[in-house]
Amino acid sequence: MINTQHIGTPAKRVDGRAKVAGTAKYAAEFEAPGLTHGVVISSAITKGRIKKIDAGEALRLKGVLQVFSHQNRTKLADFDKSYSDLDSPPGAPFRPFYDDKIQFAQQPVALVVAESYELARYAALLVKIEYEQEPFEADFENRIGQAYAPEEYNSTPPPEPWGDADVAYSKAENQLEVEYFHPSQHHNPMEMHASTVRWEGDGRITVYDKIQGALNSQKYIMGVFGLAKEDVRVLSPFVGGAFGSGLRPQYQLFMAVMAALELKRSVKVVLTRQQMFSFGHRPKTLQRFSLGAAADGELRAIRHDVFAETSKFEDYQEDVVIWPGVLYKCENVKLSHKLVPLDVYTPLDMRAPGGTTGILGLECAMDELAYKAGLDPLEFRLKNYSEKDGNEGIPFSSKELRECYRQGAEKFGWYKRKKEPRSMKEGHNLIGWGMAHGAWEAKQKEASAKAILRVDGGLVVSSATGDIGTGTYTIMTQIAAETLGLPLEKVEFKLGDTSLPKAPLEGGSWTASSVGSAVKAVCDKLGQKLLELAQEKEGSPFAEVKFDEVEFRNEQMRLVKDPSIAIAVTELLRQNKMDSIKAKVNAQPAKEQQSKWARYSHSAVFAEVKVDEDLGTIKVTRVVSAIAGGRILNPQTARSQILGGVVWGIGMALEEYSVMDPQQGRFINHDLAEYHVPVNADVQDVEVIFVEENDTVVNPIGAKGLGEIGIVSVAPAIANAIFHATGRRVRELPITLDKLL
Amino acid sequence: MSSISKEKITLKINGTEQQLEVEVWTSLLDLLREQLHLTGTKKGCDHGQCGACTLLLDGKRINSCLTLAVMHDGSEITTIEGIANGDELHPVQQAFIEHDAFQCGYCTPGQICSTIGLINEGKAKTLDDIRDLMSGNVCRCGAYSNIVKVVQEALERSEQA
Repeated sequence: MINTQHIGTPAKRVDGRAKVAGTAKYAAEFEAPGLTHGVVISSAITKGRIKKIDAGEALRLKGVLQVFSHQNRTKLADFDKSYSDLDSPPGAPFRPFYDDKIQFAQQPVALVVAESYELARYAALLVKIEYEQEPFEADFENRIGQAYAPEEYNSTPPPEPWGDADVAYSKAENQLEVEYFHPSQHHNPMEMHASTVRWEGDGRITVYDKIQGALNSQKYIMGVFGLAKEDVRVLSPFVGGAFGSGLRPQYQLFMAVMAALELKRSVKVVLTRQQMFSFGHRPKTLQRFSLGAAADGELRAIRHDVFAETSKFEDYQEDVVIWPGVLYKCENVKLSHKLVPLDVYTPLDMRAPGGTTGILGLECAMDELAYKAGLDPLEFRLKNYSEKDGNEGIPFSSKELRECYRQGAEKFGWYKRKKEPRSMKEGHNLIGWGMAHGAWEAKQKEASAKAILRVDGGLVVSSATGDIGTGTYTIMTQIAAETLGLPLEKVEFKLGDTSLPKAPLEGGSWTASSVGSAVKAVCDKLGQKLLELAQEKEGSPFAEVKFDEVEFRNEQMRLVKDPSIAIAVTELLRQNKMDSIKAKVNAQPAKEQQSKWARYSHSAVFAEVKVDEDLGTIKVTRVVSAIAGGRILNPQTARSQILGGVVWGIGMALEEYSVMDPQQGRFINHDLAEYHVPVNADVQDVEVIFVEENDTVVNPIGAKGLGEIGIVSVAPAIANAIFHATGRRVRELPITLDKLL
Repeated sequence: MSSISKEKITLKINGTEQQLEVEVWTSLLDLLREQLHLTGTKKGCDHGQCGACTLLLDGKRINSCLTLAVMHDGSEITTIEGIANGDELHPVQQAFIEHDAFQCGYCTPGQICSTIGLINEGKAKTLDDIRDLMSGNVCRCGAYSNIVKVVQEALERSEQA
């Protein structure tokens, strides 16, 4: 196992200096000779067709190079599979500029390319487009009757029922039937989606894209435009947040590439903040629960039925209904997940997709049931604690959730809580304390990495993964430095480049686990090679030594049992007259071993709200989030991930709402003034606890991933706290003051 | 209209005086990012709603997307690229690293300029003041509690000075 020179220490971000000095370059910030600027024109209608595009006036302006649309597009691929990417749900992916059809509001219909940004923006105003409107369906509530189960799944299909939930429900002493709803929400990373395409001549391009996996952009470009792999290099060294919005290549990539190929010029296309509402979002979802418990509060029946929005052209799906089986012990469970097709763009994975939704509904409903059964919400959860995953019937590889409860409750002061709603007051503020728990799957995916150790002692490790702010650069540097016993300053980790070894998309909380395992494996392999080098020398003290009998510390390889037998790693290269030594690995998850265990991280969140009794204003004054996430590679960046999850939970509970106007068929609050995300004043005391958890199953480094576990149980804890404060159950998010008056 | 009129202006940017000919429709933000390649100042909304483009204009923090470059003839502008003293980071920059007051880093230059501007204003006295007066700078990664620590420290430093 790994020793702890670097892993587990709060190393500062290795890319920190670049970020605070303003030298970190994001997709729209790369230069190219003669760079041109593209501005996207969005459809003014929600559904129908384009009758006519008149770009004459725009094209007459000096400096306007072209106005692209379906009328003058490049020849494009014919088959749906050419447009699919690594995160496509089943269906027919949207094809920009393919024909005259309008399928959703704000669909991109034209791209104006000019010598300057301002000119392109102005020229876009001069393009006249005539449309023929058709009726559309954007009213979710009215379409629930048409919901269907997808024919093809790219998510976990709802687990088959076990026991008999309907009968058990009818016999249960405590019964609860409720509906929970949350609206569509948009990712809104601070950096708007952008692509800069540098024309390299001879049909070759270099692309700087905002993406959570450069390989996905490359695959998409190759498929759509028929380019060869060697002609498309994609880089994304820095990504200004994404939260899922960069899992799929977005249409600005298509536009910039097409324009570059046609004009044989370098092109940059940046979406506007308004256009950030024109592609994927967290789907609005209605959840119905029928929960039954015995008189003593023991769970007897769970029915969880979900209706979630999708587009008319793709079956977007997420794991919303797996959570009852993961989080509660119950003998009778029945689950369903159906899709409601609307004339919108396809929803898109947004931080903890499915989990954020399912756990919200489940944890609020369970809080209601706990009250019905007369139990403290924490006591209720302890009573119904799941020792195995009910969906699969297999045990957890590790589950320190009880310790999360214990440490979280203690830190929060939960045991001083008065159970009755409206029983805690401070001046004209009603005080509410609520809690919820949650889980997120700890996945490991296949990933590759390579490493080069130079004779000057510098190590370069690389993999085509990403860092969207999650800390990939830093933790991979720590893992590599740890494994080969080097100081952090001597290690450089490279990512975000299709020329590097293959890595999965950066999402799903699996990067630390997957790429981290590959980084460790490649450094171990390099270590083995160093041992072999040592053994080649006659009379070497390492001659008969096995790899697990050496360790790497202080830039030396040494014997575990006698650290005085040591040699500098650079000396090994020098003795063999080598400039450098290389290794490459492909790290596969131990699937057979892993499949015997349910692998999840867990969380328990305790929240305090203060609600003004007269005005209904809500403040989240305290949050304690206790996390069981396996091995914590860097407690500081890990804490930041969980803090971010808490902030997202506050946003989800109280603020975030993409308002769909069913008359217009479009999101009408499509900017940051009208779509509210938490600001500094919305966030007060937040405490993060990592409980100790050892797990040797999830992957060789024992880390479970933290990008998503931090958000899942925050919004329900806040909603439950609001009930405790006010006695009002608001079952439709966001919980705004009007709903409390 | 096939060409936009241009004006000659002088801006002192990060300590260096520059004679520029700017098109009158160019925002200060776009001038910096697109023409002077000072991309440290970020564009997050172009509507003054997010604060990513915050810089210091004559010592005051402003949203550079909401103002035209041509309006600032003779002004002194400090962007994130001009905050450090050569290789030595400004204490606020260093504190952002120490407190891990960012994740993706995209709002960070604006947060740093806003912190320095806030201290210059001298209005913030309490924790709640800090939270309110830093609320024009959105951080979607949610690093607020760490940012607040940086600002508190900077405030204490300025009071001691």
